[in-house]
Amino acid sequence: MPIIAAQGLTMRFPGVTALDDLTFAVEPGVVGLVGANGAGKSTLIKILLGLLPASAGQARVLDLDVATQGGPIRERVGYMPEYECLPPDVSATEFVVHMARMSGLPPTVARERAADTLRHVGLYEERYRPMGGYSTGMRQRVKLAQALVHDPRLVFLDEPTNGLDPAGRDEMLDLIRRIGTEFGISVLVTSHLLGELERSCDHVVIIDGGRLLRSQPVAAFTAASGVLSVEVEEGRDALGHRLAAAGLTVRPEGRLLLVDVAGEHTYDLIRDAVVDLELALVRMEQRRHHIEEVFAAPQAPPPQAVPPQVERTW
Amino acid sequence: MVTGTIHDIGYRHYEGRRLGRGYVLRSLYVHNLRAAWGLGRPARAKVMPFLLAAIMLLPAAGDVAVVAITKEHDLLWRYPAYATYLQVVIAIFLATQAPVLASRELRFHVVPLYFSRPVGPLDFVLAKMAAMVTALLALMATPVTVLYVGGLVNKVPDAGGHLLRYLGALVGCLLFALVLAAVGMVVAAFTPRRGFGVAAVIAVIMLSSVFVVTVQGIAEAETNFTFAGWMGLFTPFNLVDAVQVRLLGAERTAVAVPPAPLGGPVALALCAVLVLGSIAVLYRRFRKGADL
Repeated sequence: MPIIAAQGLTMRFPGVTALDDLTFAVEPGVVGLVGANGAGKSTLIKILLGLLPASAGQARVLDLDVATQGGPIRERVGYMPEYECLPPDVSATEFVVHMARMSGLPPTVARERAADTLRHVGLYEERYRPMGGYSTGMRQRVKLAQALVHDPRLVFLDEPTNGLDPAGRDEMLDLIRRIGTEFGISVLVTSHLLGELERSCDHVVIIDGGRLLRSQPVAAFTAASGVLSVEVEEGRDALGHRLAAAGLTVRPEGRLLLVDVAGEHTYDLIRDAVVDLELALVRMEQRRHHIEEVFAAPQAPPPQAVPPQVERTW
Repeated sequence: MVTGTIHDIGYRHYEGRRLGRGYVLRSLYVHNLRAAWGLGRPARAKVMPFLLAAIMLLPAAGDVAVVAITKEHDLLWRYPAYATYLQVVIAIFLATQAPVLASRELRFHVVPLYFSRPVGPLDFVLAKMAAMVTALLALMATPVTVLYVGGLVNKVPDAGGHLLRYLGALVGCLLFALVLAAVGMVVAAFTPRRGFGVAAVIAVIMLSSVFVVTVQGIAEAETNFTFAGWMGLFTPFNLVDAVQVRLLGAERTAVAVPPAPLGGPVALALCAVLVLGSIAVLYRRFRKGADL
């Protein structure tokens, strides 16, 4: 059963089409939702929470209809907003306990789970201090904790890595990965940075200007590309000419040579060429695709509605 | 020798009961009531409400002491007049605490966290309103109760009459609380910065009072007592006093109240309109504030 399924989902505001005929379905796991700022990510989350009626089309979350079963959906999901949402004058403990009770957890359970959840997101002694004095990283953890405290089956995380330094970003991505695997909670995480989702997601949905660009498993994006990257200590150009002369398609990229695999004999040709030229081979590996390439060289024709400068912002 | 070990028990799912709307509404009410008194927040948040509550109690305690010493039972203050006498203190309480309930969660964008949970905007507003009303009721009814108990201890005559007047005054306090909460919460909800909120609530309560008293003074100088009475409907304390006088059998405390028989029902209807209107306005305000 897909956790989220949309069918022809369209959202029009006066003068703007925020979502344009979105159709996709994703299975349980960690799902990345990628799009530039203004691509319609937040609108989509609002619709999936059942808080905003779509102009056309349907969507189901946990097999519940967003149009008619918003209440039951909101009991079963968690939501971490993109912006600041923490009152500065209460402690993280007090706040997360309160939010647990707002999801219907009895008082003692709310206390226990608030303590557990804050520990899981990595907040310890600081949790008794008012949140006004927290760093951005700590605030992001509290926001995440309040979305998880009631043990939802699915969490919506809106730009959870926003404003974090590289170390904090890595920790947050690891945490998101753990929520999906260890905690067994499905995740829909939005980002405008494609690269960071490659690490933590099972499936990626890419929207641009409200239209669906791609929806597919990360493995499909990063499959072997049929290109070998070869690195030698010196003599890159000599090797390149030799391989080209042998009939292979070769192009340089930095210190590397990229060689199209034409068959099993390609590997032998490279090996022999390196040996003949007496070069030191550092590595020879299968090159994998990166999700970013979707934007660099779109396989599908780019939608007419998207102005070209949007693509350059990736 | 046993050494302590820390076990990481990992993530645990919750399979237990999730309580329904009634529980959530009650929790939200208690949370807001605590917030109105600064409970669960740093010490400095508690200073203002408890200081004002102490100031509210002082005259009642002093008055009871005077009655006890002098045995002059007539010196016991009239219960329904207490809120009007101390209206400045009550207005300051409303001005400092209404923004805590009405605009704090809007300013810090906490509202969407509620509406992405099983909490509806109407429940949200009703819980906040009820909490503010309860906080104000506690502020006003406690000193009135001190007066009444003080009277009982000092064996003031006509115990039955005192009980009736006390109960009437409690109804009056509830009405004061409802009307003041309605006005204060709406004004605070539209002034997101806390400082402005405090000033705006004080301004609305106090300026309307000064304006009404001035107009009433001019009208009475012109011997137009009916007009002076109707003018009383335009400021919260005078409005509720009109209900107390015309419908609860209290003596007049305000400068003037509208004439019987229409004055009482009209004043009461106006109170109801204020409260319902305030709930409707807050409902729309918080729904808008919940924009993710």
